[in-house]
Amino acid sequence: MAEPIIRVENLGKCYRIHHETRERYTALRDVITNKAKAFWRGANREPRTANADEDFWALKDVSFEVKQGEVVGIIGRNGAGKSTLLKILSRITEPTKGRITLNGRVASLLEVGTGFHPELTGRENIFLNGAILGMTKAEIRSKFDEIVAFAEVEKFLDTPVKRYSSGMYVRLAFAVAAHLEPEVLIIDEVLAVGDTAFQNKCLGKMQSVSKSGRTVLFVSHNISSLQTLCDRGVVLNAGQVAFDGSIGDAIREYSKSVNKADASYCSSGKHETPSVLKMEILSLLPGGVHVSGSRFTLRVIIASPVPVKNGCVSIQIVNQSGAPVLHLRPYDHGVFFGDAAGCSTLECMIEDCWLNVGSYSLTTYVSDPPGGQLYERLSGICPFSVTVEHSPAMFGWRPEACCYVAPEKWVSLKVES
Amino acid sequence: MMEKLVIEAGRSEAHYWRDLWRFRELFGFLAWRDILVRYKQTAIGVAWAVIRPLLTILIGAGIFGGLAQLPSDGVPYAVLVCAGTLPWYFFSSALSESANSLVGNANLISKIYFPRMILPASAVVVAFVDFAISLVILGGLMLWYGVMPSWRLLTLPLFILLGFVAAMGPGLLFTALNVKYRDFRYIIPFVVQFGLFISPVFYSTTAIQERFGDTGRVIVALNPMVGIIDGFRWAICGTTDIHWPSFALSTGLSVLLLVLGVWYFRRTEKTFADVI
Repeated sequence: MAEPIIRVENLGKCYRIHHETRERYTALRDVITNKAKAFWRGANREPRTANADEDFWALKDVSFEVKQGEVVGIIGRNGAGKSTLLKILSRITEPTKGRITLNGRVASLLEVGTGFHPELTGRENIFLNGAILGMTKAEIRSKFDEIVAFAEVEKFLDTPVKRYSSGMYVRLAFAVAAHLEPEVLIIDEVLAVGDTAFQNKCLGKMQSVSKSGRTVLFVSHNISSLQTLCDRGVVLNAGQVAFDGSIGDAIREYSKSVNKADASYCSSGKHETPSVLKMEILSLLPGGVHVSGSRFTLRVIIASPVPVKNGCVSIQIVNQSGAPVLHLRPYDHGVFFGDAAGCSTLECMIEDCWLNVGSYSLTTYVSDPPGGQLYERLSGICPFSVTVEHSPAMFGWRPEACCYVAPEKWVSLKVES
Repeated sequence: MMEKLVIEAGRSEAHYWRDLWRFRELFGFLAWRDILVRYKQTAIGVAWAVIRPLLTILIGAGIFGGLAQLPSDGVPYAVLVCAGTLPWYFFSSALSESANSLVGNANLISKIYFPRMILPASAVVVAFVDFAISLVILGGLMLWYGVMPSWRLLTLPLFILLGFVAAMGPGLLFTALNVKYRDFRYIIPFVVQFGLFISPVFYSTTAIQERFGDTGRVIVALNPMVGIIDGFRWAICGTTDIHWPSFALSTGLSVLLLVLGVWYFRRTEKTFADVI
């Protein structure tokens, strides 16, 4: 059976960017005023301003094949075209160029709980959400008990989901999604939900899904879950396939491309929800280097369009193999953002920051206090590298030797005879 | 069972209508959701579907029949107004609900694939359920005034179908336009308010004919609702005959709007997920 289950050939997607309009949608008012302006310009014989439209290729010449039963991780930095690829694969938007051949039913999970209606009860939402994800009524009915048991919401089946805790809500949403049985499953970072126990349960479920011979396309920033789930990785960079091979090599390739990037993070575009505007490691030496054991200072500016009560931000320092090494938690120190709408600047200082040599990047989470919403999750930002001050006399420092370094003191005691 | 699917630019046209059939269960679920949600957390629930048109009928019959003493084609004025108000309510709520259906379900559109036409269509179905419930008023009024239905009542489903056509066309058009130009959400309430008076809801088209002659009646029929309301009155009251030129004009207009709506909707549908 040589026929691949997914074949993507020379796929391209072009978006037209309007530089003039800032709003997401056009208003008739603007169309009319722009036309009037253009007319006025024409009448006055003024030179026309350069065409404000620009073509932006979110995906360009992407080709790959996926065989039956493969679990493929799609990796790439923010804006590399991952979401666009998934949207085209799940038919939400059309490609501009190229073609995709799918030999099987595809279900996509671009977000858990899509189509949940807050006024409806848990029971009703299971049916509704199942139908939205592509299950038939008979399928949902036969899986109903399993879904309820998985989500652990038996007692609240007839309560409107708007009265659910956010944990219950997410569990129910994931449970419905986890019981889909398509030939191809497309998943976009849905594992960033729930508490640790539930996350592990989800991971286990996903593993059993992939073991059962189903084909899975998995997009995530979470390198450790990519590593556990996938056997193959496709790295996207600026809309093109930068690497296609085993998951280990793909992750290494991805880390390299991350580390070449800009050392500070500045977000572009509008902020409809609280998000990181700027993130900078102030203490870095030229070339983005931190000397292990020296002071580490970090500044983050968060833009919040509306006031958020006790807005929480947390920052992980992640090493090159994707493992978080340090978790910075300003809220534990009574530091929050967003008392008022606008920008909040938070600064963190670690007097002596002992990191092993290697390359690192940051992952940030911007959210409400527990139980609320996760507004933004960024990863692979602010890459930097760590060196030691004195070159070692004997064995060199190696990144993979350890995660944690401490100022050590050693004494040699007299050998007892 | 393996099904093969090719995704290519411009390819979606080919399997659109087949997909529409395939997604019929989702269509059912979405309509069911909207019906369930419609009267959740209201104290009297579905009684609203009866109370709103009933009040309109009472006020309309009181002012136009009682005060203005307009002719009523030989049936009680309340029955005349009822035969106009019920289809009008169906049309206006179908139109406004379907016009908002895409923007109101933006999260679905940007996350899941399905033929988008399901959304406005299920909004029309929801309006139809309200309409079906409100038929109770008609039955009640006919009993109260002792109006005997004739065989013509059996043709009523035909005019209801015509109502579907009339609501679906502008609904598709408005909802597609609303995705790109949000101005249309301000236009729709105005259209609905204005339409109540230019449609023969509170008066009969024979009254127009008496005053302005045949030409007047045909000009009034440049409104798709005229054919439907006239049809309803013909089937329910059974006193006047259908005025064929105006009925044909207004029905033709409904069909034309439906074709236009489907065409524009299909043309812009592909970009919904990108612009919504």
